[in-house]
Amino acid sequence: MTAVSDRDLVVDVKGLCKTFHSRSGGSREALRDVSFSVERGSCLAVVGESGSGKTTAARIVAGLETASDGTVEIIAPRTAGTSRRGVQMVFQDPYGSLDPRQTIGAGLHELLKIHGLRRKAERSARATELLESVGLDDRHAAQYPASLSGGQRQRVAIARALALEPALLILDEAVSALDVSVQAQVLNLLADIREQTEISYLFVSHDLGVVRQVSDTCIVLKNGRLVETGRTADLLDSPEEAYTQALIDAVPRPGWRPRRRTA
Amino acid sequence: MAVTLAAVGDVTRRRFAAMGRPALVASAVVAGALAVLAIIGPWIAPYDPDATDVLSSGQGPSARHLLGTDSLGRDILSRALAGARLSFAGPAVIVLISTVLGTALAIFSAWHGGWVDRMANRFLNVMFSVPGILVAVLSSAVFGAGFWAPVLALGVVYTPYMARAVRSVAIRERHQGYVESLQLAGMSSWRIGFRHLAPNVMPIVVAQGTYGFGTALADFAAVSFIGLGVQPPQAEWGVMVSDGRSELLDGALQQSLVAGTLIVVTVIAFNVLGAQLSTRSGGRR
Amino acid sequence: MTPTPLLDIHDLHVRVRHRGEQRTLVRDVSLSLDTAESIGLVGESGSGKSMTIKAAMRLLPPGATAEGQVEFGARDVLKLNRRDLSRYRSREVALIHQDPRAHINPTRTIAQFITEGVVHTGQMTKDEAVERACDLMADVGITDAQRRMRQFPHQLSGGLLQRVMIVAALLPSPRLIFADEPTTALDVTVQSDVMAILGERIRDRQVSMLFVTHDLDLAAAVTDRLAVMYAGTVVESGTSAEIYRRPLHPYTAGLLQSRPSTAEVRRPTAIPGRPVAAYEAGKGCPFAPRCSFTTDRCHTERPDRRTVEGRSVACHRVEEIADLLKEHAP
Repeated sequence: MTAVSDRDLVVDVKGLCKTFHSRSGGSREALRDVSFSVERGSCLAVVGESGSGKTTAARIVAGLETASDGTVEIIAPRTAGTSRRGVQMVFQDPYGSLDPRQTIGAGLHELLKIHGLRRKAERSARATELLESVGLDDRHAAQYPASLSGGQRQRVAIARALALEPALLILDEAVSALDVSVQAQVLNLLADIREQTEISYLFVSHDLGVVRQVSDTCIVLKNGRLVETGRTADLLDSPEEAYTQALIDAVPRPGWRPRRRTA
Repeated sequence: MAVTLAAVGDVTRRRFAAMGRPALVASAVVAGALAVLAIIGPWIAPYDPDATDVLSSGQGPSARHLLGTDSLGRDILSRALAGARLSFAGPAVIVLISTVLGTALAIFSAWHGGWVDRMANRFLNVMFSVPGILVAVLSSAVFGAGFWAPVLALGVVYTPYMARAVRSVAIRERHQGYVESLQLAGMSSWRIGFRHLAPNVMPIVVAQGTYGFGTALADFAAVSFIGLGVQPPQAEWGVMVSDGRSELLDGALQQSLVAGTLIVVTVIAFNVLGAQLSTRSGGRR
Repeated sequence: MTPTPLLDIHDLHVRVRHRGEQRTLVRDVSLSLDTAESIGLVGESGSGKSMTIKAAMRLLPPGATAEGQVEFGARDVLKLNRRDLSRYRSREVALIHQDPRAHINPTRTIAQFITEGVVHTGQMTKDEAVERACDLMADVGITDAQRRMRQFPHQLSGGLLQRVMIVAALLPSPRLIFADEPTTALDVTVQSDVMAILGERIRDRQVSMLFVTHDLDLAAAVTDRLAVMYAGTVVESGTSAEIYRRPLHPYTAGLLQSRPSTAEVRRPTAIPGRPVAAYEAGKGCPFAPRCSFTTDRCHTERPDRRTVEGRSVACHRVEEIADLLKEHAP
């Protein structure tokens, strides 16, 4: 383990490369020499368009994909006896993020049992607490995912991730599929959770408006390469790279007109 | 008859699936009634199905023998009712074996993906090319005719059909967020496979199992018909069709006709029900 | 008096059969669209926006029925016979889908896809169609039209494919284009590009557009007028600039405040609850359960559309809360 400087990091990613090989012998470079780190208690946004490699980077940090090259160091106490590494993830699709054949409560109990809560009463209390922390209550515990709305499902997915007390929560386009009015609720919830806990976020998004609200620092990816990195406010107010500027310019806002890229 | 049914399987299945709700209800009622009959059949049979009575042999339908008697004077209705149990037990075991093997194989290969899945897929394709009846006949030839030899053989032969149906659903479920979250939560692959993937592929398992039951019943009866399955004098529908052959020359159709009709009705009911369940299981989200 | 509008939707209701019960998805929607005008139909899930244009093209899914009038050039689309309907769909209007890839046959070339309709209906010969299509492709910024025409859909990116869709939509020279979330599946830079091209083309050819989207910011930027839908009804309609500057309906205001800004950090004011569909709404104002300005009346009596400050708004309390909303506006 390399000595981390005075900064208190949760994740330190260095020189990440990923090449996907297809069966026909072709290959696609999804990431090339990407480095970034997340400070404890902060939120790093990974921004980019489709095919930029942002989701691949997140999945490698989560351990769902292996890197072709580079290192991912997670500075969090490993939970003994499990393969868990202090990282949890919330996915984009609210309809796929929960087991359709398990009630919300049963799912939480199962997770908490893995997490070492042996007594049922203890688990019940914690489950209630978790549901309340995401703006739901015990009534939802008896329900199946099918009877919940998209926003409620993502809340449950967040509660499930929090149940395991991760040092880092990866949010992969976690609010993108939600209706605007509901998206705002979940964004506020994420902000509140961060205020109350020491959790750090790795926030993958294509939506610069959302990124501005939730993140402290930000990296911009394009075709698997790191284009720009910096504090979110600085990066969005005065981007140094033309690509970042183009991304910002393309967001509809008051007085905005769509523009052709190639006139 | 089984060969023909298997050959037209995919086309008829699509036709069955397109028939809509009345077909679902009707096939469920018929299949359910037949299944109940298979359980209580031997108890409600008016005569001992094995009791011969040479004095009243080869009779047509009458008040005493509603469906007449066979050449040994056994009551055909009683044999049909009693025979339902063995006729159903065969395919039931076949479906049980193929479901356990096929589902396990499908979940295993979907879970691992990559080369494991490719190998499994290639293995299934090889198995598809093996004709079921032939394997059942060979099995009986090697291990001796009877109930178990063809049943075990057909159980294995039916496995790739179950595995193929389940695999496509399992692969879809495998990449849902909830499965990956459970992996991140540190849950073992076994637990995810048994507790989460298996319940979520259950609708297609039930549909395919029901469909397979009909076809398996026909195959099993066919093996008995050619004398390598259930042995006379035990009552079983395939055996009855076979027994009835000699009576055809005397103009007595009822034994073959009754058993044959029961087989055809059962096969159609389970096939339609299976196809209906399979279309409906697709839209559970 | 104003000239007759090109498209006049009047008291449109769409109902769908679901497990034996009738569910209302669109309730009492009226909209009119002039020649060369574009209207943004904005709403969240369940608002009935897509069903409205599907009804206007008579492309409703099986089990769904439409009532009311959809008048196009003084004829009621809902009552057209088969031949006239086919003519209406092939020559008068065109539809651009959200996901171009799902609506283009992957086994046919781009040329076959684009020209099939006009050749089949006898509007052009094959050569004419190809020539016109190539011209149009140049107009939408596809540089090597000849080569692209010979390619298959999988060889084109999403943005390029959506431009091909625009070409296919424009080729029969329709008078009205229905665009159903045409850029939702695209990256923002590509969205900007595609919207700019679409805007140019429809202005150039005096085509009207009914633009369906969930993105109020986008709709306000590219359309002349907006109709904001909630729970199957239009809650507010008026010119895009005015609605955007000063929303009168609490839902419109809420939508604007929910949208996070790229320019500043401002905790978005979320609307509590979730969007509902028309059949889920109670007897009062459908937005009442989520609204922070309600009185008893809002929960018991459905508000009618009223004209306030030149806009049509369905809210009992427009006048009283207009200034409060203004303070909240971003």
